[in-house]
Amino acid sequence: MTETIAFPQGPIGHVSGRGLVLRGDDIDTDRIIPARFLKCVSFEALGEQAFADDRKELAGEHPFDQAVHQGASILVVNDNFGCGSSREHAPQALMRWGIRAVLGVSYAEIFQGNCLALGIPCATATPDQIRALQDAVAVDPTAEWTLDLQALTFSDGSTSQTISLASGSLDMLRTGQWDATGQLVARDVELTRTMAALPYLNGF
Amino acid sequence: MSSGTLYDKVWDLHCVADLPGGATQLFIGLHLIHEVTSPQAFAALDEKGLPVRCPERTVATVDHIVPTISQERPFSDPMAEEMLSTLERNCARHGITLNGLGSGRQGIVHVIAPELGFTQPGMTVACGDSHTSTHGAFGAIAFGIGTSQVRDVLASQSLAISKLKVRRIWVGNRLTDGVFAKDLILHVIRTLGVKAGVGYAYEFAGPAIEVLSMEERMTLCNMAIEGGARCGYVNPDQITFDYLKGRAEAPVADIWDRAVAWWSSLASNDDATFDDEIHFDAAAIAPTVTWGITPGQGIGVDERVPVSEQLDPADRPIAEEAYRYMDLAPGQPIEGVPVDVCFIGSCTNGRLSDLQAAAAVARGRHVAEGIKAFVVPGSEQVARAAIKEGLDEVFREAGFEWREPGCSMCLAMNPDRLEGSQISASSSNRNFKGRQGSASGRTLLMSPAMVAAAAIAGRVSDVRQLS
Ligand code: SF4
Repeated sequence: MTETIAFPQGPIGHVSGRGLVLRGDDIDTDRIIPARFLKCVSFEALGEQAFADDRKELAGEHPFDQAVHQGASILVVNDNFGCGSSREHAPQALMRWGIRAVLGVSYAEIFQGNCLALGIPCATATPDQIRALQDAVAVDPTAEWTLDLQALTFSDGSTSQTISLASGSLDMLRTGQWDATGQLVARDVELTRTMAALPYLNGF
Repeated sequence: MSSGTLYDKVWDLHCVADLPGGATQLFIGLHLIHEVTSPQAFAALDEKGLPVRCPERTVATVDHIVPTISQERPFSDPMAEEMLSTLERNCARHGITLNGLGSGRQGIVHVIAPELGFTQPGMTVACGDSHTSTHGAFGAIAFGIGTSQVRDVLASQSLAISKLKVRRIWVGNRLTDGVFAKDLILHVIRTLGVKAGVGYAYEFAGPAIEVLSMEERMTLCNMAIEGGARCGYVNPDQITFDYLKGRAEAPVADIWDRAVAWWSSLASNDDATFDDEIHFDAAAIAPTVTWGITPGQGIGVDERVPVSEQLDPADRPIAEEAYRYMDLAPGQPIEGVPVDVCFIGSCTNGRLSDLQAAAAVARGRHVAEGIKAFVVPGSEQVARAAIKEGLDEVFREAGFEWREPGCSMCLAMNPDRLEGSQISASSSNRNFKGRQGSASGRTLLMSPAMVAAAAIAGRVSDVRQLS
C-alpha cells in the first residue's frame, strides 16, 4: 500500500477519517508486527506487514485487508492494546498502514509512549463506551469520524462520545511538542547540573 | 502517592526539568543498545544532525539476530549481517564501545550489562527492549523504551517521561525445593493478570525476596513487564554488593566503600509509603507452567487447564482463543502434555545458575526420543563459566545441543525457530501466538529445571518428582 496521508507533524488538534474496528483484549506487539519483520534497518516497508500473521490466518477477511477499510485512519480497539515487546515497529507499522489515531479502553505503557513519539494520539473511553462506539463505527465503514483533542470527543456528526487522554500526552500533542528531542537537547545546562550531582558519575 | 521508596529517591536524583507538556525530563545513567531497535534511532539522529550526548554512558552489544550454530561472518542471512554491520558502523562513528561477537563480553544485553558490572544500584537504565526491567534487580530504575526514545537518549542522555506509582509485592516465607524465581513471577502474573502493573513500578520485597540470589532477582524483575509493570526492582543489599564486587565495571578500592554506603542509602525507608501493596506466600507456590497465549495464563504443574466458567468473565474470550490455538482442552491436566522442542536460554533464564539448575536435572539422564532440546547460554561469559564447570558436556551427554550465546528461540529472529504447530517447553518469557518463529507455534513457559524435566520425559513433568 502506498502512503496517502502525510505523517503527523506539528500541533495535533484533531484527527479525522474513517474508523476501523479491531476487537480483542491484550493484542500484543508480536501480533501487530511479527518479529521476523524486525529484521530491517529502516521502518519503511512495515505498513504492508502490519498484523501479517493474523491477516494470513484470516485469508483476506482481516479488517486491514478488507477493501472497505482501505484508507481508514482511526483504529478502535479494546483493552491493553499493544502489550508485550517495546518494538516501535508496531506503531510504525500502524502509522505506515495509515492509522493516525487509536481509541480504546487501555494501552500498554511503552506502546502508548511510542505512539506519542510519532504524534499518534491514544485516546481512551470506558469499556461500555468503546463497545458502543465499535458497533457504531462498524455499522458504516464509510462514515467520517473526528477525534477532537480540544473538545475531547469522538463523533461522526450523529453519534458523539466523550474521550480521555493522559494530560501529559494531550498537552504535548496539542502544542506539537510530542517530538521531544528538541526540548530535551535544549536543556543541556540543567542536564549537566543533574549529572554533576549524581554520586555514581563523580566517584561516589 | 508513594514516598521514601527507592523509586522515589532515584527518580528525584535524576530529574533534569519539568517539561511544558507535564512530563519530566529524566537523566538516563546507563543506555543499552542493540542491533534491532537502534538503527532507525541513529538514522534519525543523523537527520537532525545531532551527536551522541554521552557515548561513554552507552553500552552496545549484538544479541537478537545472531545465529547460535556458526557465528562466522558474514552471517548466512544477509539482513542479519546488515543489521550487525550497521550497528558496528554506528558505534564506531559515535565512539560507543560495542561488546561484539568474540570479544568475550558479548551476549544478551540484559545478561551482559549486569555481569560486566555496568548495571549498579541507583542508576536509571533504559534500553530499546521491554525486558530492561531486569536491571531493577540491582535497585535501579530500569525500563524499556521505543526507538524514538532511543533517539532521544542518544541525543540528550535523557527522556521525557512521567512518574509511575509504586506497588509493593511482598512475598513472605520461602520458595520450596524445585520452585524458582521464574515460578514466583509466573505465579504473580497469573494472580494479578497481565495488565495489573500498567502505571506501576513493582517493588519486590519480603523474606522470600531477600534470600534470592542476584540472578534469581533478575529473573523476577525481567518479567515484571509481562505483568504490565514497566519496571520492577529489589532494594540493594549485601547480596547485591557481593555480586557486584570485582566485576569489570564495578567501582574499586576506596571508591567501592563509598559506593556501598551510597547504594545502601537508596533502599526504601522502613516508613516508606506505597500506592498499593499485595502479599504472596512463597511457600504456597508450585512449579508454574503457562498453558495459553499470554504469560498470565499460568497454572501450577499439578493443576488442570482452567475451564472457562472458573475464569473471570473478562478473561474468557482470550481463554477460548487459547484453547483453540494451543489445542488444549479445558480441564485437561497440564502435566503430561507432550512437547516437541525444549529451549533453555533467554534474558529471563540464560544465566549460569539457570544452566546449573537445568544441568542438575539432565545429569545422568537422556532427552526423550524425538525431542529437540538445546541450550543457549545468555552470554559469552556465561558460556565460559558453564564450560569451565563441564556443564556443556553434561548437556551433550544428555542429548541436548549446546549453542553459541544470543536471544535465539526466545523470539526467533535468528534461524532457531519452531516449525508448524510444534509445541515448546521454554525458559523464555513470552508465549504470544507466533512468538517462537512459526505463526502456529506454541509455547509453554516454565523454569529451566522444568524445561530440562520436560526434555527428559518428552512431556510436561513435575521436576520435584525427579530427584
Ligand atoms: S532474550 Fe528474548 S526477551 Fe530477552 S532481549 Fe532477547 S529477545 Fe528480548
